[in-house]
Amino acid sequence: MRTFIVLLQKELLQIRRNSFLPKLILVFPIMVMLVIPLFTTMDVRNVNVVVVDFDRSTASRRIVSHIEASEYLSLMGVTSEYGVAMKQLEQGKADVVVQVPNHFERDMAISDADKISITANAVNATKGSMGTQYIVQTIARTLQELQGERNPRQMSELVTVQNRFNPTLNYRHYMIPALMIILFILVCGFLPALSIVGEKESGTIEQINVTPVGRMTFTLSKLLPYWVIGLFVLTVAMIVAWLVYGLTPAGSIGLIYLGAALFILTISGFSLTIANFSETMQQTMFVMFFFIMIFMLMSGLLTPIDSMPDWAQKFTIILPPRYFVEILRSVYLKGTTFVELWTNYLALGIFAIIFNLLAAITYKKQA
Amino acid sequence: MSAIVVDNLSKSFGAVKALDSVSFEVERGELFGLIGPDGAGKTTLFRLLTTLLNPDEGGAVVDGYDIVKDYLSIRSRVGYMPGRFSLYPDLTVEENLDFFAALFGVTVEESYDLVAPIYSHIEPFRTRRAGKLSGGMKQKLALSCALIHRPSVLFLDEPTTGVDAVSRSEFWDMLAGLKERGITILVSTPYMDEASRCDRIALCNEGRILGVDTPQGIVERFDSPLYAVSADNMFALLESSRKVEGVEECYPFGEAHHLVANEKFDLERYKTQLSDIENLNIVPTKPTIEDMFIKLMKR
Repeated sequence: MRTFIVLLQKELLQIRRNSFLPKLILVFPIMVMLVIPLFTTMDVRNVNVVVVDFDRSTASRRIVSHIEASEYLSLMGVTSEYGVAMKQLEQGKADVVVQVPNHFERDMAISDADKISITANAVNATKGSMGTQYIVQTIARTLQELQGERNPRQMSELVTVQNRFNPTLNYRHYMIPALMIILFILVCGFLPALSIVGEKESGTIEQINVTPVGRMTFTLSKLLPYWVIGLFVLTVAMIVAWLVYGLTPAGSIGLIYLGAALFILTISGFSLTIANFSETMQQTMFVMFFFIMIFMLMSGLLTPIDSMPDWAQKFTIILPPRYFVEILRSVYLKGTTFVELWTNYLALGIFAIIFNLLAAITYKKQA
Repeated sequence: MSAIVVDNLSKSFGAVKALDSVSFEVERGELFGLIGPDGAGKTTLFRLLTTLLNPDEGGAVVDGYDIVKDYLSIRSRVGYMPGRFSLYPDLTVEENLDFFAALFGVTVEESYDLVAPIYSHIEPFRTRRAGKLSGGMKQKLALSCALIHRPSVLFLDEPTTGVDAVSRSEFWDMLAGLKERGITILVSTPYMDEASRCDRIALCNEGRILGVDTPQGIVERFDSPLYAVSADNMFALLESSRKVEGVEECYPFGEAHHLVANEKFDLERYKTQLSDIENLNIVPTKPTIEDMFIKLMKR
């Protein structure tokens, strides 16, 4: 026990002596939480639209003015030549071309009339599909309006939409829990691994290995400081989310910390295992990056798991962050309770045990 | 019984045979030197004896404990100073010493009498970070840390490499002091001149031990006539000497060349054959450990 305390003191002393680490621990979460939500957004705005108006009727002018008024669409121009519009699309000046056929208004009621055609640049698939959807909505609204004016009794809303848990469809609220997890992976995943490999590079681990210090004790002394730092980083991130974005957890804070504690254990055990297999910091960094890429892209951090192909969804079962993403999002936004989430906690617990055992086994005092 | 018994120890790294059936014994309280060039397998031997590596074949006993079975007992009984400075550069002198004392469950005060002759040199700098010490001071700190738990056997891997001549000689004085306290010391060095400070030495090269004896005994084993030759043009001298009949070897040695002769060698004939070399000077000289080493290596 005394040995452990001594090792721990040494670890804390080294972190404090480090000219960079304490600043990183404090500034990094604040920066990430302050800056990244401002520009990472899946909302598609500023879709540039060119209208090819062959009809030149009240209806087509109404469509143009609605496009102009939309906060998501910006009208680049109205032309009567399809070629001109296509050129603009090719040059990237326009994202979507809307073509209103001749006699559109006159033939509107006839079922086999020429249709409005929408051509979108789908290089950015999200922007293409969202832009097209906005335009379809705008046109539908315009037509509904026109119809309503002609026949006021028919006007009725058939559909109402309600967005639960994130009523304003604020993408930031979706992103903030994800950012907290990214912070976790970086602070608790990278730092302990680098700390161990650093000792390998400087040869100090050799000097520790000829002492009677057990490998469990040594490993634990490397982990504990980063657990505490991880929880501190989470707290800072939660405070920033509350003060800056007004986002407070809808569910219990205790549940968040419980999930966080299990996740920290998992990710730091994982990083220690990698550290045990690498000889230099460079190796550790690259291997960690490889896994972090998979974690970020496949754990539902940025894109929903439900929209992945079937085999990929099955694969995510072995990705620990997936469970914490679910916990953090549903507790933060929906106020979900432990009863509904216990399988996720169990999964994290199992991963924590597996990775830490692996870390302890692969830490060699002898070769 | 002996403090260290090495029995047919072998270790390979892939295709490289770092140690090839090495056997020797070190008596209790002895200052034993491993002398050999880089790549002789000295560090591998240290890593095996300090239980950082497991042997492929053979075995060794340190202070009565087997290096494979009883590795934990060995770790609390030996002190190891690796060739590369491996204390925490971001901790101070004092913190490093306290830290290693605590890892062994002792306090600095308990062992102060043992480390004092060494530690007193660096005590004025005890609040300085270890990374900021000079080479000689780092070495003293590393030795203090290796001694803090009163080990019965001390392993020092090239402790004097990269240290100036004065500090080197000072360091050997300290080792002599530790020897008086009954500590068995196994020390390696690539410097042949340091060999004479050991009780016994083992000459090693390419994973094998060429011979074990006292420094005096090693030199006495040199049974061929040895001459020191010099001239204005040292390079031409070396080239031509090697062609003369009866010259076993001729190699540069400090300011002169050393010439090993065999029974066919005739001094007068040598002088006549090399008469076109100006200022030729040839005198008999006493063999050194290095001469013996070169001889053993060629065999």
